[in-house]
Amino acid sequence: MLSRVADSLYWMSRYIERAENIARLLDVNLQLQLDFEEMDDDKLKEHWDPVIRAAGEENLFYEIYDRADARAVTDFLTFEPRNKHSVLTCILSARENARMIRDQISVEMWECLNQAYLFVKSNNAQQVWERGPYEFYKQIQDYSHLFLGLTDATFSHSEGFHFMQVGKFLERADKTSRILDFKYHILLPSLEDVGGAVDAIQWGAILRSCSAYEAYHRLFVSAVTPAKVHEFLIFDDHFPRSIKSCVRELDQNLHSISGCPPNKHSNQAERASGQILSDLKYGTIEEAIEFGLHEYLENLQKKFVEIGKAVYDTYMFHPRLDLATEIAAQQQQQQQIHSKLP
Amino acid sequence: MFFDNYQPESFFDEMFSADGEVRAHYRGILGRMREMNIDTYNQKGQAVDLSFLRQGITFTVYGDDAGTEKVFPFDLMPRIIPASEWAFLERGLTQRIAALNLFLKDVYGAQRIIKEGVVPAEYILSGKHFCRETMGLSVPRDIYIHVCGTDLIRDDSGNYLVLEDNARCPSGVSYLLENRQAMKRAFPNFFPGAGVRSVENYPEALLKSLQYVAPQEKENPVCVLLTPGHFNSAYFEHCFLARQMGIEIVEGSDLVVRDFKVYMRTTNGLQQVDVIYRRIDDDFIDPSVFRPDSMLGVPGLVNALRAGNVNVANALGTGIADDKLIYAYVPDMIRFYLGEDPIIGQVETFFASKEEHLSHILENMEELVVKAANEAGGYGILIGPKASKAELSKFRDLVRADPRNFIAQPPIMLSRHPTWCGERFEGRHIDLRPYILSGEKTRIVPGGLTRVALNKGSLVVNSSQGGGSKDTWVLHSDG
Repeated sequence: MLSRVADSLYWMSRYIERAENIARLLDVNLQLQLDFEEMDDDKLKEHWDPVIRAAGEENLFYEIYDRADARAVTDFLTFEPRNKHSVLTCILSARENARMIRDQISVEMWECLNQAYLFVKSNNAQQVWERGPYEFYKQIQDYSHLFLGLTDATFSHSEGFHFMQVGKFLERADKTSRILDFKYHILLPSLEDVGGAVDAIQWGAILRSCSAYEAYHRLFVSAVTPAKVHEFLIFDDHFPRSIKSCVRELDQNLHSISGCPPNKHSNQAERASGQILSDLKYGTIEEAIEFGLHEYLENLQKKFVEIGKAVYDTYMFHPRLDLATEIAAQQQQQQQIHSKLP
Repeated sequence: MFFDNYQPESFFDEMFSADGEVRAHYRGILGRMREMNIDTYNQKGQAVDLSFLRQGITFTVYGDDAGTEKVFPFDLMPRIIPASEWAFLERGLTQRIAALNLFLKDVYGAQRIIKEGVVPAEYILSGKHFCRETMGLSVPRDIYIHVCGTDLIRDDSGNYLVLEDNARCPSGVSYLLENRQAMKRAFPNFFPGAGVRSVENYPEALLKSLQYVAPQEKENPVCVLLTPGHFNSAYFEHCFLARQMGIEIVEGSDLVVRDFKVYMRTTNGLQQVDVIYRRIDDDFIDPSVFRPDSMLGVPGLVNALRAGNVNVANALGTGIADDKLIYAYVPDMIRFYLGEDPIIGQVETFFASKEEHLSHILENMEELVVKAANEAGGYGILIGPKASKAELSKFRDLVRADPRNFIAQPPIMLSRHPTWCGERFEGRHIDLRPYILSGEKTRIVPGGLTRVALNKGSLVVNSSQGGGSKDTWVLHSDG
């Protein structure tokens, strides 16, 4: 497979996953806001800042807007072209990557991304706001799910597929960790201290932002507690958006690409994913709390960046050819041939 | 209902004879059309446009920083060619491509045609697309033009004429294939029993042609399609063809030349490439030989070519064969190389570089079509009868300044075809571009791309200038 193609598959998959996560995050938080009565500017900032932070680009936001309210955040995270993490930019980038490798993916996958693109382009913030954002964000998530299904059902599960899986699970693990990290600054010193109706709603929202509300409640019948939410979203073995599940899938797909047996590693990406995986396998939530949850999650995010970079170095990076050097070398070879001619 | 007030006027109309009778091969479709009403027809048109947009069957519009993608306008009313007419065209095109391939072998080799005084040396040597760098280089199986997109028109008596031979990187074949798909979806009931020949095997035939010209007759050669990249206006077509053939689509930066061999850069290291179906012009293909500022090409490609380790389709230097001056000599070529008379005629051509022609051109410019010898895509053309005084005088100056670069032809009133104009059918001018593949044998996909000038009275069919297209049906019988 061409390195350029592997790169595009990886990013196509990452971007659509990112668009889905941002759409869900906005959707949940817009609804959550409805549960609170009048919020002053400080409260609003407290509510929306973590959302902006979870999606990246905090500085850019405050360059464009004075204050964080629902309208500004929605505009920024949905349609702002300067924001690399807006839904619009993600869908555009996913589609642009798909366009570059259109010959490599199935027609169904291409048409799905193209339709998502036409859908986002035909909307604007004003319309979304007027018609109710729920439908809009639901549609974005649906496109992502449709794309996942089509990829699974119409695209060969070989090298290219594994690159897509790597992109998807890396993005998903990263977003779950960022959403969990949402509330660290308002967490009280000891997890047991947190309680009360407002917190229950807040932590419920975090679960919903990861599509984890039902799955969580099936496992823990009891009320929503911060420690349990963390345990579930970091360490659960079966939930497909828990960090551990994502890293396990990531590790398997990396090994499928290289053909290296499990539990061994043949490159830096596999080494890093193996390392996190064993931490997650043998670690406990108590240890993570002891270590400091915010630091723990931040460490994970650093590892994810490291893996992404290692995948690029291993499979996609070819030293840039210097055109002038190439031309000179080829012209020299021409000369040599000419001088050998009788 | 659709054709109640239809007027063929003084043109050759593909569907109706001069006295308004429908031609035999259009009777079937006319019957089908009568079963439909205007609303249904309009709905089908919209559905097809929407489906092109949804599938992203678009071309990029240059000079627009938003990178706008547009749908190539499509007219639902198919152009129909009866079997005997097609058989005639097939014979004529096969003959023409044979002569052109022999000409290229000769021009880059022994140059018999010059020595025997058939084509003047100065016309060849001064050709913008004559490639000195491949002089004396022989190519596998003596095939230079692997894919040719010859433009055919019909004059006011219905005679087919060759307008030009596109022997470099002809595009548009994906529209031909997608148009048929769209028609099948829009009118599923039209096809059974209509006796329309299938066009589906084009990608397979193209792949066979490419494999056939592998260096050293290598078996199972690695073929790739070289594209300028996804910003190119024809990128959709490049992807479409690569996908249908199951070959890799590569950009210049995916390829590298080492030890006179071409390799592509994959996740498993370097892999050797044998045949390159290139959709990049000569000028840009190898910056170590041609334009050094090209970022699209592969430095060293020509070295690899000379060493016989790779082949490119079409060959370098085929542009000399579709130079509009050389075009005038194709009938002579056919006689010279094949000892046959040309089967398909062509348009009379005056050379600005010939003293006696030049004065004729300058004096009668308002009655002629003047063309730059090496432009394509409808650029560099003056249609005398429609030109303003200012345009005429500008072209007179251009022609005087660089006579070698201009030719003139009498205007041909292209045939017309009923074309949907929102509420009714009106006659619009059309041409036909068949795609001719040279390989073990010459293969021509039945029909070709029918382009239509959608603006009333316009003779320019190019997509960049208000042209659209139609599905082209070649029938198994004469209707």
